[in-house]
Amino acid sequence: MTPLPPRLIGAVALGGAVGVVLRYALGELVPDGDGFPWTTFAINVSGAFALALLPALAPVRRSRTLAVALGPGVLGGYTTLSATSEQGRSLLDQGRPALAAAYLLGTLGTALVAVAIAGHWSTAAEQRAIAVEDGDR
Amino acid sequence: MTVLLVAVGGAVGATLRFLVGHHLDRALPFGTFLVNVVGSFLLGLFTALSLTEPLLALLGTGFCGGLTTYSAFAVQTHTLGRRGALYAAVTVLVSLGACGLGFWVGQA
Repeated sequence: MTPLPPRLIGAVALGGAVGVVLRYALGELVPDGDGFPWTTFAINVSGAFALALLPALAPVRRSRTLAVALGPGVLGGYTTLSATSEQGRSLLDQGRPALAAAYLLGTLGTALVAVAIAGHWSTAAEQRAIAVEDGDR
Repeated sequence: MTVLLVAVGGAVGATLRFLVGHHLDRALPFGTFLVNVVGSFLLGLFTALSLTEPLLALLGTGFCGGLTTYSAFAVQTHTLGRRGALYAAVTVLVSLGACGLGFWVGQA
């Protein structure tokens, strides 16, 4: 395992702040309400799509700093699994198990379709490159 | 002001996720699994504690939102192929359970 340069940690912190603020702003603009949480759904699906698309961008392949700023940083901060869990829990608590299941499975299924579509646009080699950039090897 | 709290919490949460992922994600992404479960537990806890709006912005929307990730989870599930179904099911169910546990603890 390679040690993490402070430059990469700073890039993730900065990108994470940007992504989280973006999600917060969208949530303020179009609140989820008490039915199907469409805003969080759209955030998670679009974020998963964008992350799968990153390897297709040449500047991202050239710069590890940019790759972690955008991947684990912006898109990791933009998307959320904790809010999705809490929304699912809240729907179950309200006695709406069908809606909770539709939301949790719908988010997962749609996000996976989005990732598959984005994957078609970036070659396998490019995807391997970004996996290394993600800092998890 | 709220935006600043969200940004600070998000920066800390995202950095922690990156470090945990760097140290624990291997062929199976244990690090990402861990931060998603812990973040879901904490958000359930913070929700039950009825935190003030600034605190919820810092710790909930910011920290828990930054700590957990759906984008990496979805891409990892896709990359894992056949094992992805198990990874996805375990992540979603354990995170939901952890969130419920956190909420329960917060109410007690």
